[in-house]
Amino acid sequence: MFGRLSLDALPHDLITIGGAVTMLGGALLVIAALTFFKKWKWLFKEWLTSLDPKKIGVMYLIIAGIMLLRGVGDALLMRTQQALASDASGILNSDHFQQIFSAHGTIMIFFVAMGLIFGLFNLIVPMQIGSRDVAFPFLNSVSFWLFAVGFGLVNLSLMIGEFSAAGWLAYPPLSELQYSPGVGVDYWIWSLQIAGVGSLLSGINFFVTILKMRAPGMSLMKMPIFIWSVLGSLVLIMFAFPILTATLSMLSLDRLVGAHFFTTNAGGNAMMYINLIWAWGHPEVYILILPAFGIFSEVVATFSRKRLFGYTSMVWAIVAITFLSFTVWLHHFFTMGAGANVNAFFGIMTMVIAIPTGVKVFNWLFTMYRGRVKFATPMLWFMGFIVTFTLGGLAGVLMSVPAIDFQVHNSLFLVAHFHTMIIGGVVFGCFAGFTYWFPKFTGFTLNERLGRYAFWSWLIGFLLAFTPLYILGFMGATRRLDHYDASMGWQGLFIVAGVGVLLIGLGVFFQLLQLGYSIWKRNENRVQGDPWNGRTLEWTTSSPPPEYNFATIPEVSERDAFWMMKQTKHKIKPFKGTITVPKNSPLGLIIAIFAFMVGFGLVWHMFWMAGVGFIGILVCIIVRISSDETEHQVSINELAVEKGSN
Amino acid sequence: MRKITKIILALIAAIGIGGIFYFLLHGADIAVLNPKGHIADRQRELIIIATALGMSVVLPVFILLFVFAWKYREGNAKARYTPDWQNNRLIETLWWGIPLVIITILGVIAWQTSHELDPYRALDSAKKPVKIQVVALQWRWLFLYPDEKLASLNEVRFPVDTPVDFEITADAPMNSFWIPKLGGQVYAMTGMSTQLHLQADEKGDYQGSSANISGEGFADMKFTAKVVSDEDYARWKNDAKVAKEEMNSVTYAKIAEASKDTAPRLYTLNQADLYDTIVMKYMDMGSH
Repeated sequence: MFGRLSLDALPHDLITIGGAVTMLGGALLVIAALTFFKKWKWLFKEWLTSLDPKKIGVMYLIIAGIMLLRGVGDALLMRTQQALASDASGILNSDHFQQIFSAHGTIMIFFVAMGLIFGLFNLIVPMQIGSRDVAFPFLNSVSFWLFAVGFGLVNLSLMIGEFSAAGWLAYPPLSELQYSPGVGVDYWIWSLQIAGVGSLLSGINFFVTILKMRAPGMSLMKMPIFIWSVLGSLVLIMFAFPILTATLSMLSLDRLVGAHFFTTNAGGNAMMYINLIWAWGHPEVYILILPAFGIFSEVVATFSRKRLFGYTSMVWAIVAITFLSFTVWLHHFFTMGAGANVNAFFGIMTMVIAIPTGVKVFNWLFTMYRGRVKFATPMLWFMGFIVTFTLGGLAGVLMSVPAIDFQVHNSLFLVAHFHTMIIGGVVFGCFAGFTYWFPKFTGFTLNERLGRYAFWSWLIGFLLAFTPLYILGFMGATRRLDHYDASMGWQGLFIVAGVGVLLIGLGVFFQLLQLGYSIWKRNENRVQGDPWNGRTLEWTTSSPPPEYNFATIPEVSERDAFWMMKQTKHKIKPFKGTITVPKNSPLGLIIAIFAFMVGFGLVWHMFWMAGVGFIGILVCIIVRISSDETEHQVSINELAVEKGSN
Repeated sequence: MRKITKIILALIAAIGIGGIFYFLLHGADIAVLNPKGHIADRQRELIIIATALGMSVVLPVFILLFVFAWKYREGNAKARYTPDWQNNRLIETLWWGIPLVIITILGVIAWQTSHELDPYRALDSAKKPVKIQVVALQWRWLFLYPDEKLASLNEVRFPVDTPVDFEITADAPMNSFWIPKLGGQVYAMTGMSTQLHLQADEKGDYQGSSANISGEGFADMKFTAKVVSDEDYARWKNDAKVAKEEMNSVTYAKIAEASKDTAPRLYTLNQADLYDTIVMKYMDMGSH
């Protein structure tokens, strides 16, 4: 009945209990508040069952925000451990430490970075292409809810059972039953598997949306550059995520039914797993960074009040990066011994990516050239990004030379490099986008002063946290050590790195404060449709926009469509008539409950539960495809339009 | 806060941070930049060359960023403002072209050094290389010397200025065999035998470790590489010959079990094919 589940699965040590209690307490607090303010019905009707991409986008951002807190919390624990563990055992035992860094990586990539970019896709993509909705609104809700299931499973592992201790990519044979018999790796597999299916569905959905639902006149080469970058990212999602799904399936078959895909014996081949996981994993990096590039392109043009420089080469750079990102995966394991020719080929392909990336950097800089640069917080994030990203890029170019990589691979130098790219690139990009578009979907701006405090805390904290790691890597410190000999002389640098993470924590605190304060004082920061003197279509409609985004679908004749409308004093024609909007549906949420049963059942070997969940999902799909009335009409009178599109 | 106060505060902070780094790093032994082996030495040179090449792009980017941000700031009404200027074929060609040239140079270097410093390539030397077989265990390192008929746990010893041919495998989750002062790392995998060729230029004790997570005792998977003179090496071999314990299938089975006891130990070795047995153990297709 309960498979492997027993009371032993509850947490034992103080830190885990603390974490579990915090999460449980937070959840109970939310439930109590909802009950007290009688908001359950509102939550259900307005949010949980909504098919409106803007609301789904906000829900993605909320999950990403919660996970960011947990990820930073994990980082603080790891930094504390490593600052203390010089000839000492620190505050965590090795198994716990290993679970924490595995969770940190998994959470930050799959639930923070992916959550942020999917949130921004949902909020911005339809509006920026002048569309009222995404191509498949219900599918979009399912994608989100599958993502939420992954989030649920990862956090549940804190309270029931354990998380994987095999690193964020769970290399076999360590992740095989032979060496990891517990439920940790299964939690890892099933949370990613379920969230990953959601990502794939989202990828297809937004790909179709961009190709089929652009406003009239918006040819491909007139699309805002953010849309191009998202398109590149979506192509990568569609090609890369099936690889992840297949790889995780094989690993789970090894663990569930005794298959031998990646086991040490009976013909299993762990090297195959490492190739496959990076054939997904490297494109994944670009899935995250391309949209961030797109955000920076919008930000730098808007806040320099100037057209983006070199649009055409930007587009080709995105296309080149999209293509090349599938040709470099082997640089993650030059040290496997593939041979000089193979290593040299993948090393050179990796360097080649630096060319289009460099082009983008110069184009951004020349967008500022002869502009009128306003240093609002999104622009600060942009400038911080240029500084960190070029330094991280330099480290990346070093490691692309195979002969150098042998000396720094798996050291803290590598850890510092990819954090520079992910934090300096993806995270700063999403923060810039969040600040930039926040008034778009709320109707008021974020407090600038607190935003600047957050930026400086993040930037300085980041430099303090990762500069020591570059040096430690050169000193021979490998990643993932839960303790080390005092004679290595690493402790001072680890302490500095810890102080850096504390500063990043302070940055996060300022961001929370900024959010709370801005909501509290929202009436002082109300905006009309266009607070930043925007350039693209999303700013033509009101902020926050109506459910259907645009009453009148705008027509596009040039790039920077809204900028041109303002230049030519073009007025949008008023609209009268009805607009078709999808009805709310609880089926996404219900599918999530069943998907959760599948995941939880398979983790704990409660196969009846997994079976029920699987059948439930099938029934939900059948119910959905056989229901006719999924849309309703909104009729609009002219007055509303006047107000709506200002 | 007045602008001048901000600048002073920033300066103080920068000097303070610089001071802390100076304090932490002066006299520190940065292994990769202070190599003691032929391969590591070449790798250090490469790091410097590649950094210099990279800097030729990074520095202009930094300068342009700060110059443009300052000159074209919103408050500077004197600066030119051309809101519709959006491309210029010449300068765009320039920055497709310059990185292309730099990457071509670096690409040639990468190709040549991939071959020159290929860990599988035997080093040129008049001296006969020492052959050492490395087995990553849970969580220890076993070194087998088939020619010298000895085995050593968690300590590897070889003579200075002599090429060493490592053959590496694992009887554990994947590990990575790394002695930073002597040269780059190579993975240790079950059922596989990888190779690494190193040569030490100076006598000394060098830290080695596993660079790839392999389970609970991973942090203690360290060993010392003792590089000694030819005479000391010969003396050590003699010591080993009278070692009490013998490394054979039985002893091996015992130390192959997961253990956090990392004390070094010395054995005699009479089973010349022990390493091959360990590799082949995983090639049995039928067993589960």
